Parts: sequence; structure tokens; C-alpha cells
Amino acid sequence: MTAHDIAASGAGAGSLRRSLEAASPRYGERAIRAFLVGCAAFSVLVTIGIVLSLLFGAIDFFRAVPVLDFLTGTDWAPGFEPAAFGVLPIVVGTLNIVFWALAVAVPVGLLSAIYLAEYAPARVRRVVKPMLEVLEGIPTVAIGLWGLFFLRPLAEDLFPFLAWSTPHAVGVAGVAVGLLIVPLVASVSDDAMRSVPGSLREGAYALGASKLRVSLRVVLPAAVSGVVASLVLGVSRAVGETMVVLMVAGARPQISVDPTASVQTVTGHIGTTATGDISTGTTDYYTIFAVGALLFVLTLAMNMFAIRLVRRFREVYE
Amino acid sequence: MPVPMPDTRELTVRPAAAAKEVHRVDKTFELRRVSVRYGDNPAVKDVSMDIFHKNITALIGPSGCGKSTLIRCLNRMNDLIPSARVEGELRYHGEDLYGSRVDPVQVRKLIGMVFQKPNPFPKSIFDNVAFGPRTIGMKGDIREIVENALRRAGLWNEVKNRLKDNAYGLSGGQQQRLCIARAIATEPDVILMDEPCSALDPISTARIEDLMLELKERYSIVIVTHNMQQAARVSDMTAFLMVELTADEKTRYGELIEYDDTSKVFTNPADSRTEDYISGKVG
Ligand SMILES: Nc1ncnc2c1ncn2[C@@H]1O[C@H](COP(=O)(O)OP(=O)(O)OP(=O)(O)O)[C@@H](O)[C@H]1O
Ligand SMILES: [Mg+2]
Repeated sequence: MTAHDIAASGAGAGSLRRSLEAASPRYGERAIRAFLVGCAAFSVLVTIGIVLSLLFGAIDFFRAVPVLDFLTGTDWAPGFEPAAFGVLPIVVGTLNIVFWALAVAVPVGLLSAIYLAEYAPARVRRVVKPMLEVLEGIPTVAIGLWGLFFLRPLAEDLFPFLAWSTPHAVGVAGVAVGLLIVPLVASVSDDAMRSVPGSLREGAYALGASKLRVSLRVVLPAAVSGVVASLVLGVSRAVGETMVVLMVAGARPQISVDPTASVQTVTGHIGTTATGDISTGTTDYYTIFAVGALLFVLTLAMNMFAIRLVRRFREVYE
Repeated sequence: MPVPMPDTRELTVRPAAAAKEVHRVDKTFELRRVSVRYGDNPAVKDVSMDIFHKNITALIGPSGCGKSTLIRCLNRMNDLIPSARVEGELRYHGEDLYGSRVDPVQVRKLIGMVFQKPNPFPKSIFDNVAFGPRTIGMKGDIREIVENALRRAGLWNEVKNRLKDNAYGLSGGQQQRLCIARAIATEPDVILMDEPCSALDPISTARIEDLMLELKERYSIVIVTHNMQQAARVSDMTAFLMVELTADEKTRYGELIEYDDTSKVFTNPADSRTEDYISGKVG
């Protein structure tokens, strides 16, 4: 029986049928709908456009340099003679930054989140939580300045036995980036921990667990996917961070684990190359597209991972 | 298998009116003019009663009369609500439960609690039961402790092959029995149950009632229930609370109307309000 049949069979109740139909064809609603669809489509198109432009540039680059050489080469010297296009040094530079950033952001961010979610009185929360959100918005160039002129000399004072040979230091840059992502990690982890149902806390308290035990053994594990997601978002941010890294880590593409070394990162390369005087159309010029595409793939993969985690985390309780 | 099971079935089908043997010997709790406020709003006022050892004590009364509030005083769960204030005298085996040197964490190790909605941790079945014993640092083989608790909660046969599975995979009734297993794993002295069966079907309810009657051999149990038959079936003593209005009719608070042997409360209540409530005329 189709909808039409049903309508026809109900013909006897004509007056009722009329009252169920829309009084007027709401044009306003349709216009708004079309506008909203347009906005959504625009942002999707822009994203696709960005990806495509990266992709075309990268394809031009890979005409000149084999993909395998690019991905496995350990020498990165695009502007030099002879030029070398092994991306590993700047990837390792980025990993260096991520390592130091996590070394700061994991303990500081998680402990702040535990404090905020489980210990802080409502009064303190009301002040600190918005403050974290403001901190997330500090211009990174300000943090770069602070890293270069405050944190870097401080690091040398604190650890005079290290070989501080240049005004730059990847370890210091990583720490600065770590502090940059602490608010993000703390805020998202705090949200995750606070959405753990109070009944679980009650259940644990009723078994004679102390506050610390409830926080660490019940709340934190229950919120683990949200917490991990916050860290993945933080890592994405650290990988993509350019200004602080350019200012504090320096620009020498080299594979090094020394925190005092001057090191270039993936974003650092794009930043310097795109702002330097390089003629368009050269292979040097196309490196930024190849490297940009690599960066895009890396962060996309991490964000998708984070989104999946967050989704799973929402499903844990029913 | 530890204690031989007493024939609980016979107890559960016994008519509610039949007299039970009530052992009014050791007092587990003594409440003297206990009042609880949330901020400026009184929730219960001037409750005085004795709760006896190895008894099942039921708290009944209409919604909002403060049954949960009162039962949560007994293991200091109300400490977790910042606005809650407890006044009056509350003794546990003679000791002031709200004394300045009493540690609420320590109190809750002795006085376990089962909640209205099953609240297992999102961990394995095993880890759920092991949580309490690990918390209090219980001696002995943890696997044995967990198995014993699950057996006594009547859940062992259903879960013995899936101890590593997440507790959320269990049915509601199984989850609630898991929560009971979790509460008894630490061998507490008292178990508080706030409407433990309200989310369960009749069969799961019957199992938990059987379980309570069995547990009463070893523990004191205080249970809040909206189910009159349940109170009549399982409890030895029954307290009836009701919502009262203050003289100026501005605020409502709960008050203890009657507290006596269950058989007396249900067959021959002293207060007409109790009779009205039990016979379904109000509430
Ligand atoms: N956390 C709280 N903050 C403020 N007021 C509360 C809080 N918990 C309970 N109350 C109030 O205290 C009174 C008693 O509540 P309580 O939950 O103890 O009643 P109850 O008898 O358990 O009711 P029910 O049968 O519906 O569970 C109610 O008026 C309630 O609004
Ligand atoms: Mg209640």
C-alpha cells in the first residue's frame, strides 16, 4: 500500500486530511536550508582545493625526485649544490619537537586535568577553565619570542654542562611547544574525565578508595580514550607548529638527538622556503608541496585516529 | 563453597505477616536526632533509631522523604556532596561516626554500598570484584577472593568462563549482582543497599532477595525500597519515613514516623500514616 493509497482510503475524513497539510510552502525555510548547504559545501570545497593544490605541486616534485629517495634519504639540502632531497632529517627534527613537547605536555597537562576534574573546588574551576581556553589562543609568535629570549637562556643556566653551541636548541623549542599544547591537553582531558559518570566515582568511594585512587584507577582509565585523543590532538598541533620552531629550534637539517642542537623541522622548512627568495617552478620550490603533502597525510592520519578514539570513548557507557 | 546455604526459598514465600525472629542484640548503628541539610534545605530531621547487627533493616517511605539521604549518612557518602551537612549523633558500634578523627575512607572500607543503578566499572568482571580487596590491601589469593565473592553473589556459574570480559557486557541483573559481589568481596561489616532492585525484573529481584537473606547471616544490611512486598519479605525491622511540612509550610523535610519489627509495622502499625502508606492510600 503506497502513501497515495493510504491517503485515498482515508478520503472519508477529508477535513482531517486537510489539516495535516502545510498551510503554506515555507519558502523562508528552503532559502535558509539552501544557504546552509552552500556554506557547508564551500568549506568542503576549500579543503579539497587545498589538498589538490598540494597534490599537484607534490606530483611535480616527484617527477624530479623518486618517492623512495625522498622518504628514505638522510640528506636534506634542497637549496644547495648538489641538491639532496632526503626528507628524514626534517622528519626527525619534527619528531624531536614532538618528543620534548610530549615530555612536558603529558605530565603537566594530565596532572592539571586530574586536578581540575577531580580535586579543584567549583570556585577554582570557574576561573581556571576559561583561562586555559584563553591560553590556547596565545599567538605562537609570542611564545616563540619567549622561548628564544627567556627559556633558552634559562635552560643554559639550569643545565650549564650541556654543549650550548648555537643560539637555537631543539629541546628548548620542544618544551616551548609542549607548554603551548598544555592548555589543549588539559582542557580536553578534563572534559573527558568530567564526563565519566559520577556513579562510577561513588561506586569506588563506597569501596573505601581514596580520592587519589578513584582518580587514577577509576576515572582516568574510564576516560582513557578521551585523554589519548587530547594527546593526539596535541601531537598534531606540535607537528604543525611553525613559528615557535622556526624561532627557537633553528634551521639546520640534521639527524640529531641532542636537545641543544639547532634542527630544522618539516614545518620549519616550509616556512623558510616559502618566505625566502626561491624562483617558482624549480625543484626546490616544489619541495614545499611534497613536504606539505607529507605533513597533511601525517596530521590527517593522527586526527582520524583521535576522532575514532573519541567516538569509542563516548560509547563506553551504553 | 564456604557457608552451607540456608533454605532461603522457604523464607521468601512465607506470608508477609508471619512473625520473624528478630535479634535485637548488638547495635550496629545508633542514630540520635540525626538531621541532614543540603545547604539551607533540610532533607531529614531528628531521626532516632537503632540498627541491629545481622538484621535486615528496611527504610520505606514516599519519594523525597530522605531515605537515600539517611542511608548515605551511614557510610559518610554524604561527605562527597559539598552542600550536605549532618547533625546529631550517629554511633557505629558505639563509636562516633562523625568524630573529628574518623576517616571517611576507613569507614567505607567497613560499610559497603550497593546503588540503585548498577554501576560496574568499565573494567573486566574480575577487576571489578578485585577492586575493593586491592584497595584495602586484603591478604590472600586474589583469585580465590574474587571467586568466593562471585559465588556468594550467585554469579559465579554465569561468569566463570568470561572473567576477563568487560562488565558492561552483562545484563542489568547480572551487573547488579556483580556490584553486590564487589561490595562483599572486602568482607565488610555492613552493606547498605539503596533500591538495589528497582531497575531489575522480578526474577533478578528474587535472586537478590535470596542473596540478601543469605548475606544477613554474616552482615548487617540496610535496604531502601519502594517495594512494600520486598520490605515485608526480606526485612526484620522496618522504618517508615514521610515528608512533612514545616510550620510555616515553606520547606519540606523527611521525618521518621515509625520504626519497629517488620511484622508489627506491616500488620499492626502504631501510626495511621504508616497504615495508609502501606495499604497504598497515600504516597
Ligand atoms: N545532592 C542534593 N542536593 C540538594 N538536595 C538534595 C540532594 N539530594 C537530595 N536532595 C533533596 O533531599 C530530599 C530527600 O532526597 P532523597 O534522595 O534522600 O529522597 P528519597 O527518599 O531517597 O527519594 P526517592 O525515593 O525518590 O529516592 C529531597 O527533597 C531532595 O530534593
Ligand atoms: Mg532515593
